[in-house]
Amino acid sequence: MRTEDLIRAIAADAATPPKRLAPAVWVALAVSAAAAWVAAWGMLPPRPEVDAAFAAVRFPMKFVVTCAFGAAAAALAMRLARPGAALGAARIALFGAAAVLAGAMLVEMYVTPSALWRDRVMGINWLVCLIHVPIFSATPLAVILLAMRRGAPGSPAGLGAAAGLLAGAIGATAYAAFCPNDSPLFVGVWYTLAVGLVTVVGAAIGARLLRW
Amino acid sequence: MREREADWSDWMASAIAGDAGAYRRLLSALAPFVRSVVRNRAASFGLASADVEDVVQETLLAIHLKRGTWDDSQPVGPWVAAIARNKLIDALRRKGRRVHVPVEDFAEVLPAETGDDNGLRPDEAEKLISVLKGRQHEVVKAISVDGADIGETAKKLSMSEGAVRVALHRGLAALSQAYRSFRE
Repeated sequence: MRTEDLIRAIAADAATPPKRLAPAVWVALAVSAAAAWVAAWGMLPPRPEVDAAFAAVRFPMKFVVTCAFGAAAAALAMRLARPGAALGAARIALFGAAAVLAGAMLVEMYVTPSALWRDRVMGINWLVCLIHVPIFSATPLAVILLAMRRGAPGSPAGLGAAAGLLAGAIGATAYAAFCPNDSPLFVGVWYTLAVGLVTVVGAAIGARLLRW
Repeated sequence: MREREADWSDWMASAIAGDAGAYRRLLSALAPFVRSVVRNRAASFGLASADVEDVVQETLLAIHLKRGTWDDSQPVGPWVAAIARNKLIDALRRKGRRVHVPVEDFAEVLPAETGDDNGLRPDEAEKLISVLKGRQHEVVKAISVDGADIGETAKKLSMSEGAVRVALHRGLAALSQAYRSFRE
């Protein structure tokens, strides 16, 4: 087939609407948030009574951190999925989210006697966090990866990792609402490990699923 | 340069809205651009000129199937160049797994180098379109090689226009898929 013949065939298919990336991602995000919330609400008991003064800043801070990572991952994924798009601002947003987490951990270490650091890191039950965050992230990861199949990434594994980070941040946000551990030291260690696991899984699946 | 980009963006927007004429103008303008992008990079990798045209066609198919990733605030040129670059890398990977036969060995049976728009040898051209089966094959062949429009094709094959459109779209997706499966 000559190239001009192929062009004729492609142009004749103009009436088929393109599969747009952005609307699919918005739908995936809405489904993800709902699925993560329903899973967390169904599987975890309500948050136990905690020291109100201790939680006053630390509890909302968990959401600041998870949402900052989620927003950065979403921006990164949208750019990785679009050929020729510069990462620029998205990369800065990711560093920004990491800086917020690191800053919160440093402040916590500053206001906490060093004898208590270990207790703050270990929390009440870190294994619950490591198990549940990936479970709450599973449906988000699946629907976000499906939406990203409409993309055209230069690096399928890279886009898969960004999708995994986004799904992990959504799962962690839902988990945070029920998790009794509010210390940034707990979040910095166990949430990071759990979300990192989802990110690695996303990269591995993306490397196969997101080829085009 | 800036004028060219403005034209491309306008045509792209019209094409996405379903304007086949604008789409054809756009693709005809993009083909030489893609060819030069691919050729520039291919030379250093030792990709033959018939393979260059392969990559050009694969890129045009990808532009079509992935045009939903273009957003109208983004210039068309870098978007197209990035797709072409990805498809060139894919083609090089495919080549990497094959035994390389120097072209001198069968230079005598190769036809003379043909023009820019005609890089595929006839047997290769037939090979590409022959991955399509049944109705998809008939429809894509009628519209591309024979130059019929949707209505004429529908009449000739006694299909509805809607069925022709569906077969055409699936056929183009299958062609793109065929390129990818060479990679496995």
